[in-house]
Amino acid sequence: MTASTFSYALEVVNLKKAFGGLAVTQNVSLSIRPGERRLIIGPNGAGKTTLFNQISGDLRPNSGSIRLFGSDITHLPPYKRAHFGLSRTYQIITLFTGDTLEHNVTLGLLGLRRARWQMWRPLSFYGNMSAEARRTLDAVGLLQLATHAISDIAYGERRRVELAMALAQQPRVLLLDEPLAGLSNTERATVKSLIASIPRQTTVIMIEHDMDTALDLAETVTLLNYGRVIVDGERDAVIADERTREVYLGT
Amino acid sequence: MKWIGAALLAGSLLLPPLFAGDFYINLASQILIAAIFALSLNLLVGFGGMTSLGHASYLGVGAYISALLTSRYGFGHGAAALLSIAGTTAMAAFFGVIALRASGLGFLMITLALSQVLWGLAYRMSNVTNGDNGVAGLTRPAPFGISLDSPISFYWFALIVATFALVMMAIFVSSAFGSSLKGVRDQPRRMAALGFNPWLIRWITFVYAGFWGGVAGLLYVYYHKYIHPTSLSTTSSAEALLGVIAGGSGTLGGPAVGAALVLLLKNYVSAYLERWNMLLGLVFLFIVLVMPTGIVPGVSRLTTRLRGGVR
Repeated sequence: MTASTFSYALEVVNLKKAFGGLAVTQNVSLSIRPGERRLIIGPNGAGKTTLFNQISGDLRPNSGSIRLFGSDITHLPPYKRAHFGLSRTYQIITLFTGDTLEHNVTLGLLGLRRARWQMWRPLSFYGNMSAEARRTLDAVGLLQLATHAISDIAYGERRRVELAMALAQQPRVLLLDEPLAGLSNTERATVKSLIASIPRQTTVIMIEHDMDTALDLAETVTLLNYGRVIVDGERDAVIADERTREVYLGT
Repeated sequence: MKWIGAALLAGSLLLPPLFAGDFYINLASQILIAAIFALSLNLLVGFGGMTSLGHASYLGVGAYISALLTSRYGFGHGAAALLSIAGTTAMAAFFGVIALRASGLGFLMITLALSQVLWGLAYRMSNVTNGDNGVAGLTRPAPFGISLDSPISFYWFALIVATFALVMMAIFVSSAFGSSLKGVRDQPRRMAALGFNPWLIRWITFVYAGFWGGVAGLLYVYYHKYIHPTSLSTTSSAEALLGVIAGGSGTLGGPAVGAALVLLLKNYVSAYLERWNMLLGLVFLFIVLVMPTGIVPGVSRLTTRLRGGVR
């Protein structure tokens, strides 16, 4: 590890992925600095979630590399990436429906602790973990629902549990896949301020379609289309760029 | 309510030997053995989401190792038991590596195939296993000098082992690791993203289930004093799976209840009805239609409703 590699929290170099003849990621390169707020936009099918799935390890790229704070994680399984400080949320809510909110967030904490191998002590033995889970739920405004099952709470609240699970891990790099999807205007405002309050130790990369809300949160923007990076740079420059308008409005 | 249930259960386990005849005591011992076996399978099916159709491998191999070591190679019961459990667990460790390359239906097919291999070996390697004749003339151990030859003494022995097994498996599934396991069952992808290693969690559970399957196999061979390749057959695996699902997979009491049901049907009904399998099928169908989650969850939901929906 040289000093220069540390200048990026996440570095994606020449990433390529194809499903059969369909190239979904074509030579994508991204360099994201520690603490940066990056928004990834693009039309449906541009390859945004596929890119996330490669960064988080759910999908293996055909070629190219992915570095997290200078360490090559291209070939690591997803769980090892989590221990490197990478967390993510899902576009399609992926929670433990029958369990309580507190249990869901506690699983997020357990995943990074040795206690996950503990075979004779119950989870409730680890009071500090449940206290931390409740703190995180408080931070997303769901403490009063902590003992409810996920199946009992509303969609908008589930979105926030998604976020809470990832935030509880205090990740170095956080991937948010459409954290505002399906939310009402009030809920959007809540989640927006939540994302805005994420500490700077966490680098945030977000896929989002709701430009009005998301652009306020972003410092830099990457525009993807047909699996390629079309424009990449400071927010205002990307918005002003002619190619952005082309992709979104057509010529 | 829970206490009443516990008292009833304790009563039904502790009282029979005092007045019941040998037939029923022996039946009770068999139920206990089947319960341990079903509970171990339930670790995979109910708590791990790994539906195995080859769990008889562990019961059968556990039984065969002990049978062969004591009858052919002159081992004492203590050493044979240890080797049998160790061998079965090691086999589970190896089979787990193979079977866990797949999940869902693939996993089921691999476990089925592996158990079929063992079943075939037990039949064909007759110079070792005595083939279709089985291994007969076995003895029961005498732990601390206490003979287990009478039905009652064996019942107490089985009850102690079964209670210990139930407690150990209850601790396992309610531990922090148990939470990891249930999480991997419900959302494997999310669990991996959170830092859990789904494969290793499943594999450890697979080995643990194999261990208890081996324990059930030891009791099985002690009880029958005889072992035949059918104990390794798919029917044997399927009956246990049926018990787990009928009783309520993913619960602690369910598999024991289901195993008892299967055994009672088998022993009672087969006396009156030649096609007892047909009745078993009908009963199973009835349970699945009326209580899709199994007897234990179904009955507890029913009692809650009868008591005016408390909670």
